[in-house]
Order: sequence, then C-alpha cells, then structure tokens
Amino acid sequence: MFNQRKFIRVLLYLAMILVAIAIFAPFYWLIISSISPTSELLSRPPSWFPKHVTFDNYINIFFPKTGVAGAARIFMYTIRNSVIIAGFGTMISLALGSLAAYALARLVFPMRKQIIISILATRMLPAISTLIPLYIIMTKLNLIDTKIGLIILYFTFSIPYVIWIMMGFFGTIPSELEDAARIDGCSRMGSFFKIIIPLSVPGLIATGVIAFMLAWDEFFFALILTNTPNAKTVPVAITEFAGRHLIDYGSMCTGGVLASIPPVLLALIFYRFIVRGLTEGAVKG
Amino acid sequence: MLLLFCKKLRFREISESRFAYLIILPSVVILLGVIFYPIIYTFYLSFHKMFLTQPGIVPFIGLKNYIDFFRSSSFWNAILRTAYFAFLSVGMELILGLGIALLLNQGLAGSKFLRIAIMIPWAIPTVVIGIMWKWIYDANYGALNGLLFSLGIISKYQAWLARPFTAMNLVIIADVWHMTPFVVLIFLASIAGLPKSVYEAARVDGASGWECFKNITLPLLTPAILVVLIFRTVETFKVFDIIYVMTGGGPANATQVINYYTYLETFSYLHFGRGSALSFIISAIVLVTALIYIKFLKKEIEYI
Repeated sequence: MFNQRKFIRVLLYLAMILVAIAIFAPFYWLIISSISPTSELLSRPPSWFPKHVTFDNYINIFFPKTGVAGAARIFMYTIRNSVIIAGFGTMISLALGSLAAYALARLVFPMRKQIIISILATRMLPAISTLIPLYIIMTKLNLIDTKIGLIILYFTFSIPYVIWIMMGFFGTIPSELEDAARIDGCSRMGSFFKIIIPLSVPGLIATGVIAFMLAWDEFFFALILTNTPNAKTVPVAITEFAGRHLIDYGSMCTGGVLASIPPVLLALIFYRFIVRGLTEGAVKG
Repeated sequence: MLLLFCKKLRFREISESRFAYLIILPSVVILLGVIFYPIIYTFYLSFHKMFLTQPGIVPFIGLKNYIDFFRSSSFWNAILRTAYFAFLSVGMELILGLGIALLLNQGLAGSKFLRIAIMIPWAIPTVVIGIMWKWIYDANYGALNGLLFSLGIISKYQAWLARPFTAMNLVIIADVWHMTPFVVLIFLASIAGLPKSVYEAARVDGASGWECFKNITLPLLTPAILVVLIFRTVETFKVFDIIYVMTGGGPANATQVINYYTYLETFSYLHFGRGSALSFIISAIVLVTALIYIKFLKKEIEYI
C-alpha cells in the first residue's frame, strides 16, 4: 500500500516536470533564438545553449541604423502605436462599459433584460461579420491607417466584455452602502463615484488588464485596416519580418520576445485579478 | 413633513430609469453603430454582387452567393478542415486541460509555481505563437528537426509544414499550446468550488480515486466543460491569425480554414458580396454549435 502510494507520487511529479518542460521549452527557444549569432542559429543540429551571446538583434530594433531591414526599423513605432491604441481603447471601454454595467446591475428600469441580452449576444458573433462594412465605412471617413480608427474598434469590441464582468462585480457590493450615501444627500453620480467605484477597483483592474491584452493581441482588423507605421500595430509588424525570399528568424524572434514582454508581465503581476476576471467572464457567460 | 421632504428629493433628482438610460446610452450607441449596423449591412451585401473594383454597381442577386458556396467543393473542404481543426484542438485542450488542472490540484510541491507559469503560453500574443512554432518546425534549421535528428528518430530533416497532413496537425499543436492554459484556469476555478464533504462521504463508503473522479468530479464539472466547449469551439471556428502566420492556408490549401477562405475571397479577390455571405455562414454555424452544446449538456446537468 505504502509503496503503491509512493509510486503514484513519483508519477505525479514526473507529469509535473513534463508540464513544466512543455510550458517553458518553446518560449526558451524563442528567447535563445533572439540572442544567438546567426552561425549558431543556422547549424544542424542547433546549439541548444548558445556559446556566444549577441544582442545585435535588439540593438537593430532599438537603435536602427540605415542598413536595417524594414520590419526592424519600424518596430519601435509599432510598439508605440500598440501601447497608445490598446491603452486608450482599454480606458474608454472601462469608462463607458462600467457606467452601463452599473445601470444594468443595480438600477430598475424597463427593457433592462432585453438590453442585457442584446449586448451579450454581440459576444457570440464572429467579428468577421462586421469587417466588410467597417472597411467600407472607415474608407469613407478616412479612418483607414489611423490610430483613432483602431481605438474605436477595440474599445467597441471590449465593451460587451467589460459590461459582463463589471455587472458581476457590482452585484457583489451590498446595496445598504449606497442607500446610506444617498440618504446622506449623495447624488446618483456621486454615490457611483464615491461608493461603487472605490469598492470595485479589483474588478476594474481585472477587466482592464484583460481588455488591454486582447487589444494587444488583435491581428485581423489591424492587418486589414493599417498599412503604414502611422497606425500599424506590433502583431502586424512581426509578420513582416518574413521577407519575400527568406525569413530573418533571429530578428523575428527578437520582435516576438519584445511583443510578449508586456502581456506576459501583466499576466504574472495581475495573476489573481486575471483568473477572477476570466472565470467570472467565462463561467457566467 | 417627511412626505414633503421626499417630494423635494424626487423633484431635484432625475428618475432612476432616466438616469439608467442616460448612462447606458453611450455604450448602446457605440455598439449599434460599430457592431449592429455593420452586421445588418453585411446581411444586405450578402444578397448582392459587389466588387470593390467596381464600386457603385451593386446588383441584387438574391441567394446566388449562398447557393454558389453550397455547390462549391472548396467551400465544403474549408468547412471540413475547420471542423477537423475544432474537433482535434478543442478535444486535446479539454483532455489536457482537465488532466493538468487535476494534477495541479494535488497540492504537490511546485504546483503553485506552475499555476502561475502556465499563464505564459496564454499571455503570448497569437502572432508570436505562430512565428515561434513556425521557427521550431522549420525545414532547414528548426528545433523539432534538430531534436528528432539528435535522438535518432528521423534520419534526415523533414519539411513539416510543406506536407498537408503534418502541416495541419502541427498548427493544431501550436494552438493547443496557446489555449490549454485558459482551459486549465477554468477547471482549476471550478474544482476549487467542489464540495469537500461529498468526497469525504464517498471515501468513507470505500470509493476509489477513479470512482470518485468518474462519479463525482466529472458530473460536477459538467457546467465548466460546457463553458470550455462553447468558448473554444466558437473561437476555433474563427481561427485565422495562427494560420495566416504559419502556413498562409497552404500547403495545397491543406490548412485553408473557413475564416481564411473568407479572407481570401474578400481581400484577395475583392469579392465583397461573397465574403459577406461567407461571414454570415460562419456566424450561423457558430450560433448553431453553441445551441447544440447547450441543449445536449443541459440534459446531463439536469440529471444531477
């Protein structure tokens, strides 16, 4: 009996090690490829632990010289675009979405249920069914290849999500607190900002981080609606490391590492918030 | 006196429902403008012949766009490939996700660390996942070839992404690597909410670990399984980024899933009417799939 339990424990630890390898090995290879000299990268079999480490790929991206290829030269612009687009998109969707979520979660008014259902239905629809008209409309409004165009799209796409999660968070705040504030003479807006918002900071963080990551990740619309460094985002720039004839895998992996740093850091720092946001959003969705 | 006070209060403040409408308005207007209006427009376009190269000429052609697709073999092949992709990747994610969640729930040393570390594959942007695995699978210098060659499993380097069968399955593996963490998170959260007393009672009655899993854990996790199935199936039907980056729909259209097919039809052939019809078909498939899952698994839930 004792031996059998010990055996199972060993098996479980082996499984854990396998999981750890599966998580880290591919990402390790991405990082190693970004700091290996080309000669080691293009050897057979590759050197799993680089003998020489070089940061040329990073220098080419951070301080591009004249000879540097297109994608590396514009990469820092696209990082800036992504930060601006995902940042503003997140803030606007949080502001508008949490106002709506407050009304839907805590106020009584006609058509409440119908509004909730139609807002949530938009989460089921593939974004692709809006693409063609949006492309036509944005061309007419001169919003193609602008940051504003993408910001509008990204905050719209995350509004239903923000509403859904924030409704859950607002629902957990006891209504007595709000009633007390109202009796003390607080206006509706006042009690929202002074009571509800401070109590739902964890929810706002969770929702904000996830909305930011989704915007940072978005590729389909960015690919079709941008074409210059004016509004191109990081995911689009990464695909452009592949040239017409050969792919510069070293720089491509460097771009990949740089693009992964913000979302991976956010995920690790806000781990608890994200888990709560994801499970609230998914389990109830 | 009190009545007067209340009246005064009501007079000064706007009514609750008016306030509610006021703060919902911005979100609703934006969703109407950027999502609902375009969808209706797409629906309209799907019954018309529209080339971007000939703007202004938009003749009504009824169901022709739809009928053309239902008659074309490349459409059905794209649907079949998408179904294959969805079935394999969601299936693997479900099994791996459940297994890993149960493993990390055993309270072994290091499981707290892995719970956080597993966020990494999920957090990496999809496009980066694509280039990373494309590089690993590379025919000339890829790590997969290097590894299998060093281990003596293959005698010469293989062009993995140039062969239809391996290309599709290796893209699926990349997707599974990316999305299994999400499934693990959902299952870990649900397992944490399972009632401990039921397990203790079962143990007292002499149930084995496997019996506990089969008769308690699995049925109680049905809602979580339903969520994973719906969310992930819907997403795999929309898969595009990873295909665009890794194979571009090739080799010989072997990875041309329905969303990629729509992309080509719309933005390579500039056939907006047909593209609209396709995106409507995708939406319909997604909604029907979700409904089937709900209906099918709801019975199971009621059974408990």
